[in-house]
Amino acid sequence: MTLESMMIVAAIMFCIGLYGSLARRNVLVVLMSLELMFNGVNLTLVALAKYVVPVGIEDNIAAVLTGQVFAVFIITVAAAEVALGLGIVFAMYRNTESVDLANATELRN
Amino acid sequence: MLFQDIVFWVLSVLAIGASLGVVLVKDLFRAALLLVVVFIAVAGFFVLLSAEFLAVVQVLIYAGAIAILIIFAIMLTRDVQHGNLPNRFQIPAATLAAVLLAVLVAVAVDTKWDLLAGQAQSRAQAVQTSAVRTLESPGDLAGLERAGFATEDERTAAQEAGLADLLIGDFVLPFEVVSLLLLAAVIGALALVRPR
Repeated sequence: MTLESMMIVAAIMFCIGLYGSLARRNVLVVLMSLELMFNGVNLTLVALAKYVVPVGIEDNIAAVLTGQVFAVFIITVAAAEVALGLGIVFAMYRNTESVDLANATELRN
Repeated sequence: MLFQDIVFWVLSVLAIGASLGVVLVKDLFRAALLLVVVFIAVAGFFVLLSAEFLAVVQVLIYAGAIAILIIFAIMLTRDVQHGNLPNRFQIPAATLAAVLLAVLVAVAVDTKWDLLAGQAQSRAQAVQTSAVRTLESPGDLAGLERAGFATEDERTAAQEAGLADLLIGDFVLPFEVVSLLLLAAVIGALALVRPR
């Protein structure tokens, strides 16, 4: 278990999420793929926080935890994103009776 | 070290296999359950990386709240029978993802990471495992000394270093902003789903 292997796993998760969010028609699968991408990013941040420490740790010992603080913020933002995303999904389902992104054409001219 | 490696490989296979399942499995409900597997595997990674607090938060918020919300949404929208259909961007999307993956792996492998030396590593370890200030007892002081905190000031600083202190100390402004963001998101979600 090294920094590189951890980051490669995170990159694979991120790219699977990227593929899923671009190539799927169901909006719920797109939301789930976004969560995969968030998790990949979080994993990278925490791995970097463990193995690499910002310059200046001598002054502020707590600085080694900075990456984990970023991960906490990302988790919070992901929770907000899911709440809003599901709100949009329900609004879309009420209007078009489907969660298929191919039917989400209200903004098309 | 060997045990850690075994756990790492098991978790990697679990996380990547379940991620592929989320995207490729036809049944939406199974995809959501595989998403829970991914979240728990990532929580295991956090434990491996000595971020225990984040592991707990991951299980509580991701596996507990977000996954359940998504499963509720899948059941409420009654569109399950169509399953997980691809759109016509499948090949470009796969190409883009593969190219991005190649670039990311090349960057991760090629970069000369300024890795911590042994002494600094044990110092960082002492701080990282104390995410919420667990180093209170006098016995831990000896451990801190062994970890390379030579002077009294350094030991006090290491004892006081914790995720919570950092969160409401150095990062208090982002902390408040993110709480405002959560409030705005909840109000926005309510406004979106309100029947007209």
